[in-house]
Amino acid sequence: MRSGAARGANWLAAHPVCSFFVFFAVFPFLLPYKALAAQVLIFGLFALGFNLLYGYTGLLSFGHAAYYGLGAYGTGIALAKLGVGSLWLGLGAGLLLASVGGTVIGFFCLQRRGIYFAMLTLAFAQLLYFIAFHLASWTGGDDGLRGIPQLTLGLLGVSVPLDTTLGFYYFCYALVGLAVAGLKRILDSPFGAVLQAIRENSDRAIACGYDVNRVKLLSFVFSALFTGLAGGLDALRLTVVPIESLYWTTSGQVVMMTLLGGAGTFFGPFVGAAMFLVLEDRLSVFTESWPLVIGAIFSLFVLFLPRGVWGALTGGWRRAPAAPRAT
Amino acid sequence: VFDLSLTALAAQVFTGLVLGMIFVLLAIGLSLIFGLMTVVNFAHGSLYMLGAYFGFLLYALTKNFWLALVLAPLMVGTLGLLMERFLIRRLYGRSADDPLLLTFGLSLIMVEAARLIWGKIGLTFDPPRALGGAVNLGFMKFPAYRLFVIAITGLVLIALWVFLEKTNVGLIIRAGSRDPLMVRALGIDLSRIWLLVFGIGTGLAGLAGILAGPMRGVYAEMGVTMVIESFVVVVVGGMGSLVGAVVAGVLMGQVVGLTTFFAPKLAEIMVFVVMAVVLLVRPSGLFGEAGLLE
Repeated sequence: MRSGAARGANWLAAHPVCSFFVFFAVFPFLLPYKALAAQVLIFGLFALGFNLLYGYTGLLSFGHAAYYGLGAYGTGIALAKLGVGSLWLGLGAGLLLASVGGTVIGFFCLQRRGIYFAMLTLAFAQLLYFIAFHLASWTGGDDGLRGIPQLTLGLLGVSVPLDTTLGFYYFCYALVGLAVAGLKRILDSPFGAVLQAIRENSDRAIACGYDVNRVKLLSFVFSALFTGLAGGLDALRLTVVPIESLYWTTSGQVVMMTLLGGAGTFFGPFVGAAMFLVLEDRLSVFTESWPLVIGAIFSLFVLFLPRGVWGALTGGWRRAPAAPRAT
Repeated sequence: VFDLSLTALAAQVFTGLVLGMIFVLLAIGLSLIFGLMTVVNFAHGSLYMLGAYFGFLLYALTKNFWLALVLAPLMVGTLGLLMERFLIRRLYGRSADDPLLLTFGLSLIMVEAARLIWGKIGLTFDPPRALGGAVNLGFMKFPAYRLFVIAITGLVLIALWVFLEKTNVGLIIRAGSRDPLMVRALGIDLSRIWLLVFGIGTGLAGLAGILAGPMRGVYAEMGVTMVIESFVVVVVGGMGSLVGAVVAGVLMGQVVGLTTFFAPKLAEIMVFVVMAVVLLVRPSGLFGEAGLLE
């Protein structure tokens, strides 16, 4: 039973892009209700962006809400405040803002390594949160950014309405699928190999002559781009950008999703996002305190199943032990 | 008018100093734990919150603030001991990220549990009557309770300094954070020291919580922004440096206090701006050693 599941998971892992398109084509029909499907795709993409930095480059960011929020606000402000009439331009604005933010914050945070890096990313994300909070004329402040119009999608002269659940889902499906293919391309490139070399042994990568800081910064910016796209799509899905998009709880959520699914595995982020969102959905029926249950599950995973569900099935990355100080 | 605003400024400097004391207590605990065990305790803010709740409940129960002031930190410290012994200890020898991730999960549990048990609405915690009034400092009046917070923190810092510098256990702690392998080679059981340091560090968070309660209110999320700001204090002071934690804590208290006075909207932001500047000029923090534990 277990080996059968593992073999199946391994086949999926070997053909990730193809598997993605096949599985997510029918995904909405497997869920208790279809609206959850687009949310899983979007948060899966968010976790995928986080995973590129953490799972593949070994850099734990505790501030990915920053790029998610920048993507969401960039898209939202372009559509709601600047009156940009095109979805593509709106998403482009989000991507632009997220990549600029990723470059600047990445530059600062990469001054330090290890645990310092995690805390710096968190601090910068909080900085953005407070800025957005006070720039209420642009961001709506505490109330969130409202009034993002539901546009129809113009593509090659055909306009597709996005106001139905399934219509919007397949729009996300296409874009997230492109992102998945892009990630696969990045990981298979020599650049992707260097990322994983840095994760395993950064000093050795330096000794091999790689400009490790430049590679890390590039990985940071790519990660911010995937994350920003997720933020932009979520702004379209909700037609609102809540201020919590930038709050540290959002960063914590994506960390939990990725680890539940399996950091450093290709599909772990999607598995984790689905687990998290379905759990949240089911639990919130019974209790307002669902974060307590998810927090407990997450803690148990860190203790006993650090590779996550998908990682355990496919034999994913196991985090390297710490320096021999506290062994 | 000028005199009035000067007095207001002086009051703000004092308020900043009081906030600085809370930062110092939190940052010293974080820094102590980090220096010895390379564990970043994300749950520090939640333990701070629990300190405030325990203090409030004990005070309401016993009507004795001084008893609460002693017991609440002890209770939080005990919780910290249990956390180290039964959960965090399993993660030594794994990635340095794992304790951070675990304590993140634990802090989520604690905040949610506090909401469940004590409700979502914050509590008002009145200082004891003996500390309720204001003290005339000659140039202005200042709440007695806040002066008391400064005094208590000063005493705790002196006691901690004596403990770390003048006792044998303190010597082992300092040696253990410099070279744990060598300390163990000398036949010292470091695991008991880890337990002790985790208890002291979290106990200090509990103390910060009960001290802050009467000034800032008691609510489940009270530790969330505090822990992030305390991280910033530790980064600015230099990770693992206790002197750094004290200096940076006082500095950040002033940064918040003075920006609140001159440009209230920028108060939360300035902390991070100062951090960014310090990191650019001195990447290892004001008192940190370069390359320590990266």
